[in-house]
Amino acid sequence: MPLTLLKYGLRCSYPSRPFLPDEREAKSTYDVVVIGGGGHGLAIAYYLAQDHGIRDVAVIERGYLGGGNTARNTAIIRANYLTPEGVAFYRESMELWRDLSNVLDINLMYSERGHLTLAHTDAAIRTMRWRAEVNKHLGVESEFVGLDDLATLCPELNLSRSVRFPILAALYHPTGATARHDAVAWGYARAAANRGVHILQETEVTGIVREGGRVIAVETNRGRIGCGRAVQAVAGTSVQVGAMAGLRLPIQPYPLQACVSVPVKPVLDPIVVSGSLHVYIWQSQRGELVMGGATDPYPLHGTRATLDFKESLTMHILELFPFLAEARLMRQWAGVTDMTADFAPIMGLTPLANYFVDAGWGTWGFKATPVAGKRMAECIATGRQPDILKPFHLERFRDFRLLGEKGAASVGH
Amino acid sequence: MKLMPCPLNGPRSITEFVYGGTVPETADPASEDDAAWADHIFGPHTPPGIVREWWCHVASGYWFIAERNTVTDEILRTIPPPRAKPVQGTGS
Ligand SMILES: Cc1cc2nc3c(=O)[nH]c(=O)nc-3n(C[C@H](O)[C@H](O)[C@H](O)COP(=O)(O)OP(=O)(O)OC[C@H]3O[C@@H](n4cnc5c(N)ncnc54)[C@H](O)[C@@H]3O)c2cc1C
Repeated sequence: MPLTLLKYGLRCSYPSRPFLPDEREAKSTYDVVVIGGGGHGLAIAYYLAQDHGIRDVAVIERGYLGGGNTARNTAIIRANYLTPEGVAFYRESMELWRDLSNVLDINLMYSERGHLTLAHTDAAIRTMRWRAEVNKHLGVESEFVGLDDLATLCPELNLSRSVRFPILAALYHPTGATARHDAVAWGYARAAANRGVHILQETEVTGIVREGGRVIAVETNRGRIGCGRAVQAVAGTSVQVGAMAGLRLPIQPYPLQACVSVPVKPVLDPIVVSGSLHVYIWQSQRGELVMGGATDPYPLHGTRATLDFKESLTMHILELFPFLAEARLMRQWAGVTDMTADFAPIMGLTPLANYFVDAGWGTWGFKATPVAGKRMAECIATGRQPDILKPFHLERFRDFRLLGEKGAASVGH
Repeated sequence: MKLMPCPLNGPRSITEFVYGGTVPETADPASEDDAAWADHIFGPHTPPGIVREWWCHVASGYWFIAERNTVTDEILRTIPPPRAKPVQGTGS
């Protein structure tokens, strides 16, 4: 790397290079069609090409690359979930994250800043002890900490007892991290395109053509595109796209809102989450305080932002960090999250022989981008559900074998 | 502030209400197979467009039905709850 840098420094002209290779003409048919050009779809395409040598792949995106929830999420990466199935899965993602900037040759600004989940009630303390034990058992760094430790880990936190919901303890996850979400989509897109994957932007899938239990083509605004196999990774429109393939996915659309303050000097190191107060906050490398909470209280297929959200969010944030009363908000937005009843994703095979689903990512799917891409690619390449994906099979709903991840996923995404 | 036209209390801030799910088609767990029953429980329940939903005004504990557009978030109308059929006591 330093040698490349030196050579670059000694050049006399610096012509700008496009980040992505020019978009190619769409072919009439591909081996694999990936519906949805968010982080997940692009990662699936990359690992298909990289790990399995499957390069005859198109990623079909109705808008622009990574403009869906990949662009809207608050970029928290962690593995301190509650169910053993979830912890094992997200731990594998953390392992991939650590090396991902090198692998994709792009600075993802991956930063392990530590993650604190506050407990304000006895019930929350119980869940946190439980989570810490499950996490440690499965090799994820996770510790139950009292107020003394908390005061050292996050001195900015208001630990006063004279507030409405005093903090009693916390779950500390030292490897909890954040990353630059847009760069994740761009990095996977470039790496996939360099390996021959076609990325078709402004191309919307409007129908899925089936013949005898198989998918044979997708209909788009650019015409019909044939496929040997297809996978959907469309987050907020999972139910509608699934329905095109004749599937009824057990998902409801809920908006999730977030906001950032104007940039300020570095004041906050870890990510701080309070499940009881329904808020979380961390400070980006640009100085903005990134804040969010739980999903909206009722479903909607839309991304409007509300005053109610800001009111309840700021009320609670100010109890945790009173000095932020002076900070001004800069931006507010929402994304439609695809929520399942058990707060766990749906991945893998479907009743259609050559159609795969990567959905139900709700409010927690950004951190899973690498592992979901890698394991979904394996599933598509082999036609078998990898062991690590077995608990997340669509059939768990029919079999009433739900995962119960809500206790670790409803506010801390 | 978004308002919900409550049939009992008139227009009130939507923060005073809780959403209680879409009004389900009646289903019978005894006669349905597992797949149909799972579909009934887990959905999808919220297609884009106009749906009928249960809502509750928390302060007065009053349940009613609202017709809402799930794309625009427009509440088209609200309806008092249908009266339950009287059930004969067993007289014990
Ligand atoms: C406010 C907010 C905060 C969040 N915070 C976190 C967090 O801190 N940590 C975390 O892990 N997760 C978080 N999430 C969740 C996370 O953003 C998502 O789970 C994740 O980004 C899903 O990635 P994806 O690639 O599947 O979806 P997306 O990035 O939404 O990509 C799907 C793509 O499919 C395209 N598409 C849809 N329909 C069609 C069609 N018919 N034809 C063609 N293309 C189509 C869309 O345009 C979109 O680009 C958050 C989400 C939100 C909204």
